[in-house]
Amino acid sequence: MAITFGMVKDRERNRGRLKEEYAKFVGRKVLFITLSVLIIVALAGVAATLGSANLSVKEVYTAILAKFLPQYFHSTWFSETIVWGLRLHRIIMGIVAGMGLAIAGAAMQGILKNPLASPFTLGIASAAGFGASLAIIMGAGFVGGEYLIIGNAFVFSLLASLTVYGLAKYKGITPETMILAGIAIMYLFSAMTSFLQYVGQSEQVHEVVFWMMGSLGRSSWDKVKIVTAVTVLCLPYLLLKSWDINAMGAGDETAKSLGVNVERTRVICMMLASLITAAVICFTGTIGFIGLVAPHITRMVVGGDHRFLLPASALVGAILLLGADSIARTILAPVILPVGIMTSFLGVPFFIYLFLRRRKEFW
Amino acid sequence: MVKITISDLSFSYRSRKILDDLNLEVRCSEVLGLVGPNGSGKTTLLKCIDQILKPKGSLLLNGREIGEMSRQEIARFIGYVPQSNTSSSSTTVFDIILMGRRPYMGWRVGESDLDKVAEIVDLLDLDDLAMKDFNELSGGQKQKVLIARAICQEPQVLLLDEPTSNLDMKHQLEVLEIVRDLVKEKGISAVMAIHDLNLASRFGDKLAVLLGGSIYAAGDPRSLLNKELIRTVYGVEALVVKDLDKPYIVPMRSLNGRSAG
Repeated sequence: MAITFGMVKDRERNRGRLKEEYAKFVGRKVLFITLSVLIIVALAGVAATLGSANLSVKEVYTAILAKFLPQYFHSTWFSETIVWGLRLHRIIMGIVAGMGLAIAGAAMQGILKNPLASPFTLGIASAAGFGASLAIIMGAGFVGGEYLIIGNAFVFSLLASLTVYGLAKYKGITPETMILAGIAIMYLFSAMTSFLQYVGQSEQVHEVVFWMMGSLGRSSWDKVKIVTAVTVLCLPYLLLKSWDINAMGAGDETAKSLGVNVERTRVICMMLASLITAAVICFTGTIGFIGLVAPHITRMVVGGDHRFLLPASALVGAILLLGADSIARTILAPVILPVGIMTSFLGVPFFIYLFLRRRKEFW
Repeated sequence: MVKITISDLSFSYRSRKILDDLNLEVRCSEVLGLVGPNGSGKTTLLKCIDQILKPKGSLLLNGREIGEMSRQEIARFIGYVPQSNTSSSSTTVFDIILMGRRPYMGWRVGESDLDKVAEIVDLLDLDDLAMKDFNELSGGQKQKVLIARAICQEPQVLLLDEPTSNLDMKHQLEVLEIVRDLVKEKGISAVMAIHDLNLASRFGDKLAVLLGGSIYAAGDPRSLLNKELIRTVYGVEALVVKDLDKPYIVPMRSLNGRSAG
C-alpha cells in the first residue's frame, strides 16, 4: 500500500514537472513576441528620424504622443508636421504591409504544407502586375482616377486566387492541385504582362517595372487605414484556425480524424491570405521575399505551432519590411531605393545565417 | 454491449469496388484484428469507419448513425492512428499529443487539456521525449506518440492502421500491450489492421479476415485460424500450432511453387 501511495505521489510530481516544462516552452514564445513588439516600436521611432529634416528620437516620440495625450506632451508644429504628415504613414504602412504579407505567407505555407509557398504562390503577384500594367499602359481599369492602378491590381489578384480555387475544386482541394494551378496562373499573367510591355511605350514600361519592384513611397493615411482594416478583419479567423492548420500539417487524413473540416478550412484560409495580400500589394507593388522568409525565420525561433507562428511571423515581417525601408531611404540618400530591392539584400544574409547555424530540422 | 455495428457497407473508388457489402460488429472491451492480404481493403475499411472516406451502407456508433454526426462529434468518438507518421513542420511531442484535444478545445488550451496530456505522457512513459521534436524520434517512439494522441481524444473506439509495421520485436509487443490494456481498462474498443497473423491472433479477441473487399470469415482466432483458411486467403502452405492458448502460424511455402526455405 505504501509503495502504491509513493508511486501515486511520484506520478503527480512527474505530471506537474511536465506541465511546468511546457509552460516554460510556451513562455519563451511569448517572450519572443513581446520582444518583437518592442523592437518594432523602437525601430519606428528611429525610422521617423531619418530624412532631410533633422529630428531626434525624443522629438519624434513626443510628436507622436502629443497627438494622443496633448495634456502631457507638447511638441512643435514643425516636428508634428514632419512626423504625422510625411513620415509616420509610410512607417505604419511598412509595419502593416510587413505584417500582412508575413501572415499570409505563414498561413499559405501551413495550409499548403509547402516551405516554398508564399503569398504569391497562387499567382497573385503576377496577376496584380498584370492589373497594374493594364492600367498604366492601356489606361483601362475598373475604377478611375487615383485608384485606377490600385483597383486593377486588387481585382486581378483576387481573380487569380478565385481561378486557382476553381481549378483546384475541380480536381480536389489538395496542396498539389492548388500549387500547380497557381503556377499555371502565374505564367499566364506574366505572359500577358510581357505582351503589354512589348506593345507599351518606354516610359510606361519603366513605370510598370518600377511598380513591380514594390515601394512604400505611395502610401497615405487613407491607404494605411484600408490595409489595416483588411488585415485586422482577416486575422482573427486565421488565428482561430491555428489548431486546424497545425493538424493539417500532420496530413489531411489525420486532420479529418481530429475533427477538422479540411477542405473548407483550406479554402477559407487561402481566400483570407489572398485578400490580405491583394490589399497590401495593390498599394505597395509586389514586395517579395517578406511573405516567404519571415515565416521561416520565425519558425526557426518559435517552432511550427501556428498559434504562435502566425502572430510572431507578422511581427518579424513588420521588422523586416520597416528595417529594409529605413535602409532603402538612407543608404543612397537623397535617392530612395524601392523597398522590394532592399528586403532581399537585407533579409537573405540574415536568413542564410539562421539557416546554417540551425542544426535541428525546422521544417 | 455493441460499440460499432456495420451493415451492408460498400465503398467504391471511381468504378472500382474496394469494399463489398460488409457486415461486422465490434463490442466493448474488444480488440478486433483486421487481417487479409495486401489490397484486401483493411485500410479502406478503417478510413470508412472514421468517415475519412464516405462509404455506402449503415454504420452505427453506440446505436447512432455516424452519417448524422458532425466531424467534431466523430473525433470525440473515434481516435485514428494512421500508418504514415510524418509532420510537415517541427513540432514537439507534447504539442502533437495536445492536438488530440482539438475536438474539445478552442484556441486556448485549458488546464484540463494540459492535465490530460501530462497524464497520457506519463502513462505511456514518454516523459523523456515530451519536449523533443517529433521528427527526430525513432519509428517505435513515433508510433507510441500517435497512439498517445489518439488516446488524448478520449475515444470510445481506437482505429489502428498497421501499428506494428517497421517496429522491432520489443516495440511491436509494447505497442500492442498498450492498446490491449487500454481497451480492457477503459472498456473501449479497438479495430486494428495488422499483417502479422501471430500478433493478430495473440492480441485480437476477434479476427475478421478480409479477402477482395469482403469478409471471408470472422470469429475467435482459436476456431478461425487453420491451414485451409490460410491456403485459400493467402495462398500459403502453413503449419498451425495449437499447443499455446492461441494458435500460432508457421508459414512454410507459397503455393505458386516456390519454397519459403
